[in-house]
Amino acid sequence: MKALCWVGTNHLNVEKVPDPEIINPRDAIVRVVLSSVCGSDLHLLDGYVPSMREGDIIGHEFMGEVVEVGREVKKFRKGDRVVVGSVLGCGGCWFCENQAWSHCDNSNAHAALAEKAYGYPTAGIFGYSHAFGGYAGSHADFIRVPFADNGMFKIPEGVKDEAALFVSDAFPTGFMAADMADIAPGDVVAVWGCGGVGQMAIRSAFLLGASRVIAIDRFPERLAMARTHGRAETLNYEEVDILEALKEMTGGRGPDRCIDAVGMEAHTPGLEHYYDLIKQQIKLETDRPAVLRQAIMACRKGGTLSIVGVYGGFIDKFPMGAAMNKGLTFKMGQMHAQKYMPRLLDYVQNGDVDPAYILTHRWPLERGAEGYQMFKQKTDECVRVVFAP
Amino acid sequence: MATKKSHVAAGLYGDAHTPATGFANVNVGTTERIISAAGGALLTYYGLRERQASKPLGLGLAALGTCLILRGASGYCPVNQLVGRDSAQHSPSKAIKIVQTFTINRPVAEVYGFWRRLENLPQFMQHIESVEQLDERRSHWKANIPGGLLNVEWEAEIVNDEPNLLLAWQSLPGSEVDNAGEVRFLEAPGDKGTEVQAVIHYRAPAGALGHGVAQLLNPALEEMVRSDLRRFKQLMEAGEITTIAGQPSGRGRDKG
Repeated sequence: MKALCWVGTNHLNVEKVPDPEIINPRDAIVRVVLSSVCGSDLHLLDGYVPSMREGDIIGHEFMGEVVEVGREVKKFRKGDRVVVGSVLGCGGCWFCENQAWSHCDNSNAHAALAEKAYGYPTAGIFGYSHAFGGYAGSHADFIRVPFADNGMFKIPEGVKDEAALFVSDAFPTGFMAADMADIAPGDVVAVWGCGGVGQMAIRSAFLLGASRVIAIDRFPERLAMARTHGRAETLNYEEVDILEALKEMTGGRGPDRCIDAVGMEAHTPGLEHYYDLIKQQIKLETDRPAVLRQAIMACRKGGTLSIVGVYGGFIDKFPMGAAMNKGLTFKMGQMHAQKYMPRLLDYVQNGDVDPAYILTHRWPLERGAEGYQMFKQKTDECVRVVFAP
Repeated sequence: MATKKSHVAAGLYGDAHTPATGFANVNVGTTERIISAAGGALLTYYGLRERQASKPLGLGLAALGTCLILRGASGYCPVNQLVGRDSAQHSPSKAIKIVQTFTINRPVAEVYGFWRRLENLPQFMQHIESVEQLDERRSHWKANIPGGLLNVEWEAEIVNDEPNLLLAWQSLPGSEVDNAGEVRFLEAPGDKGTEVQAVIHYRAPAGALGHGVAQLLNPALEEMVRSDLRRFKQLMEAGEITTIAGQPSGRGRDKG
């Protein structure tokens, strides 16, 4: 089959690889119909995630059709149309039993490697480096889905492929961001980053009771999308002082809840950006925490910071004093796909949310490398390019 | 009478003649052979991993690994020969102790019960080929070192069995592999299942050099015990052992 492989930093290539096979009894094989890029892939592409190997198939947000199931797969059969969560969960460990699927003890095939990096192994993620299990990703004709009964969900009739696709990752990540923020009725929520996950976080914040959502980005088309599809008020950080603007828009209190949907490669105007970029390049810090710093300063006293933008290693100049003395609560994590997906499929089926609007480009897989370049440079008003293998 | 005496002398000093079988060339003890072969396989693997294969260090590691594999497989070590060392002799030595702990989200009785059926052990102990229960206490073990370079067998007996609490065993005197171990099962607080702690003792080869080698390879053995226990946890909780071996990539099929 063909697959989009990581060859090296900023180098992807469509290659011919063997077809996946059932390896364990709980595996299924899915024919990929749609597979989306994700902002977190850019960290792999840019070389900030160390355990990538030449030839790794990337991609973790996908939907498709079941073509084969292992003997222990009970809920699915050949021909089922499914969306698959990007995070793998065994279902039997204490964490999975408690719905903390991204903390699964058993789904990381390279647990020892993850243990060295983070103390304890975290769950496996499709196509997301060997520290996260080394699983072959979804930018391919077919994909092997371990623990299929846990991670796959049947797509209800009437839900189109383009909408179901984002229930795999962007929607549950955005929803978990809003869920972790502990939004109380009437709260004002600020969302940093208006990519696919940020857009979903805006919608989710309203679903969970926010009275207003203020979205922050620098790309006019993304801010426009946040306004039209998300009913958010928007701020362009290249045009205004974000701290002043947020203070002014919230009666001098600051937003009650702040969501970081950007992560380790944050961009900021001015000197701060170059400070972090240089330290990152010479490996004195691995992640650029500009959004975190700003959110900590912006958040109202006693507020919550919810972090779903991905960080990989170490950060610098973290304003712990402001966080501590203002009594902020931090909540963060890779999302628990399996916990949220049934609820989100309901939202989609009932017409509460149609996430398909974040899809701006639909391309054949052959144009994979080009698609990631466009997505990275954000040219042609690209929010999400989706490959149809 | 005189002839007999000279035979004894030859046996003692070992320099009278060399039998054609080549067996007399064995100057590496069994435990050390296993460690050599396993450690060598590990080094060769690290050395040949594609990222390092092009570097001198990678090639060096691979070469050293290959030597160790050959040393383990043949039981003959030119370095031992040179320095006049023979770890194939039996003499008192120091034991390596390895302790590893995992919490398994299953009831104590189930976890203990699975382990107590010793025939189950090869399902998660990567280098154990089979365990045959001979009677209530005694069992026969077969192991092989990666690549099938060295197969060893030994007998062990259970020396302490407290159901749902503890299981201890040791290899019988005269076994090729001198080892002993103990697994404790403890109910985890907060309804989190069973804490399983394995304590394994391996007898290191004799002498200071043997002890040094053992110290050097201790991390590899520790990693082996840890990875076996992790597989045990996966088997108990997920019903299968997590792997990517055999999946596709731009490198062909992954080995895992």
